[in-house]
Amino acid sequence: MNSANWIVVPVVLPLIAGAACVLLERRAAGVARAVSIGTTFVLLGVALHLAVVAASGTVHPYLLGNWKAPFGIALALDRLSALMLVLTALVALPVLWYASGGWDSHGRHFHALFQFQLMGLAGAFVTGDIFNLFVFFEVLLIASYVLMVHGQGRERMRVGLHYVVLNLSASALFLIGVALLYAKTGTLNLADLSLRVPKVGGADAPVVQAAALILLVVFGFKAALLPMSMWLPATYAAATAPVAALFAVMTKVGVYAILRVHGVAFGADAGASALTVQPVLLPIALATSVVGVFGALSAHTLQRLVAWLTIASVGTVMVGVGLFNPLAWGAALYYMANSTLVVAGLFLLAELVAAQRGDAADRLEPASPVAQPALLGLMLLLAAASAAGLPPLPGFIGKLMLLEASSTHAWQGVVWTVVLVVGFFTLIGLARAGSILFWHVDASRPSGASGASPKLVGATLWLLGASVLMSALAAPVQRYTAQAARQLTDLDAYARAVLGAQGAGTETTRPYRFDAPATQEPRR
Amino acid sequence: MELMVAIFVGVLTGTGVYLMLRARTFDLVLGLTLLSYAVNLLIFVMGRLSVGRPPILDGSLAPTLANYADPLPQALVLTAIVISFAMTALLLVIALVARSETRSDHVDGEEPQGRGEGR
Repeated sequence: MNSANWIVVPVVLPLIAGAACVLLERRAAGVARAVSIGTTFVLLGVALHLAVVAASGTVHPYLLGNWKAPFGIALALDRLSALMLVLTALVALPVLWYASGGWDSHGRHFHALFQFQLMGLAGAFVTGDIFNLFVFFEVLLIASYVLMVHGQGRERMRVGLHYVVLNLSASALFLIGVALLYAKTGTLNLADLSLRVPKVGGADAPVVQAAALILLVVFGFKAALLPMSMWLPATYAAATAPVAALFAVMTKVGVYAILRVHGVAFGADAGASALTVQPVLLPIALATSVVGVFGALSAHTLQRLVAWLTIASVGTVMVGVGLFNPLAWGAALYYMANSTLVVAGLFLLAELVAAQRGDAADRLEPASPVAQPALLGLMLLLAAASAAGLPPLPGFIGKLMLLEASSTHAWQGVVWTVVLVVGFFTLIGLARAGSILFWHVDASRPSGASGASPKLVGATLWLLGASVLMSALAAPVQRYTAQAARQLTDLDAYARAVLGAQGAGTETTRPYRFDAPATQEPRR
Repeated sequence: MELMVAIFVGVLTGTGVYLMLRARTFDLVLGLTLLSYAVNLLIFVMGRLSVGRPPILDGSLAPTLANYADPLPQALVLTAIVISFAMTALLLVIALVARSETRSDHVDGEEPQGRGEGR
């Protein structure tokens, strides 16, 4: 098989597996589980293969039905897409393994929905077209709506309703942004868009900029940027542990989309609309980080604390994106990969701890001791050190690169202060949680709970271990993220690859000429 | 004609947002539906308003936008309609389950306390 053809596999494979799971779930739940885990394992292999393919530095297009871009549906693989695919599969596999320890049988069609969610995630990462980005957003969201209320219960339904309604409103905004972009540029292909946006000037430029800002609201909502982040703690705290851990990847879709659309199409070369979102993005990101960590300090349960830390870590990643230089983007990508793994691991860990504390669950109050204090305590310590950014863990390396990359920026002082203070308070928040959960115990009450099964512990350790591995392999991973960031700035190479040599720069595909609007021409 | 369509989109959006802010699940569903109508209409008119122009090339006319309607927004709006239809169906199910779980049709699952209730 031609290496470029593998690009469509991460989208099609989960689709087929999900459909199979729908059929198998009732008849043979065990088989559905095996199909789901096997598919995700294959997906990890394919993602790694694509990462190797993308490492060559060329952008690989995949034109569905061989319709020429920008008319047909185009997928495109560059280093960033491959990196996100690997990250998704790397989180999905242990999460699924964990869920197969019992959660998947608490409601129906868990595996099918999980696969559809993976399909949506993979599609969003490989698509080269902003409308298909919307479609894949909807695919992953509609799966996530049902996963969110998986296991049911009053609180889940209540928060789930909020989650669905907020996301539907965001989808409406997404379409408005896309429609405005199309009206003024005549294209929705990302490669084409990055060539056309610079040419939009005069009275049309504000419309395109408005579209960019509307899209920032949408992607910021997905990424949980302030002030659109208030839905996240309640939602993630109410979801079951494996679902919350998978959702840790979902916020990164928003980050990815901002990088693709606002970082590249509305990047430094976008003419009158250059760097449209730069003035707002950095302050918002810094504020998100601060609010996230204060939320974590005030949380009453471990799962809610981790949910707030998700927001804080997204804030830190967006600081890197908001600096708008390839060096900072590389650092942000490295930090994002690590923080996703750690946060996902923490969600699973929160449930392991909760299961051993009787009625107190994961509430941060004195209760009976857990059955495995040493194991769970050390895991929390490891995760806390990485989330806070203590050396030699990857959280530290990511933040260090981020601080270094901000050295040429006017806001250097603010960035340094916020990133370091947020790291410090993250450590305090998790240390407080850890000391209450493991030391502040009511020893008179017997623990009663048995230890967690090796399967559940293994899945959690996988996620935390993958994070530690990022430290051991820091040099190659960092090189990859830095190259991915540099590749993003090479608009011409991306456009040439997707549109073809003659497609880039030709005017034949542009229905709306900016100088002579088509509507003014006389009717026949 | 542009002005009329623009006003219509505005009215639909305003009504949709108003209904969504009523914080009752049924109003919410209606509000989101109206909002999606407004969005669909907006996407559709992004292909410019024209009368009597086919979206498919037939060879007898020069293939320019002076002779043909832009087919892409029509395809986009079809996709958007299908997706919003499916989402509305799902939202209705979730709203029904939430209604039976929380015994209230308020979006917060309980009646708001005190003054300020608008019905």
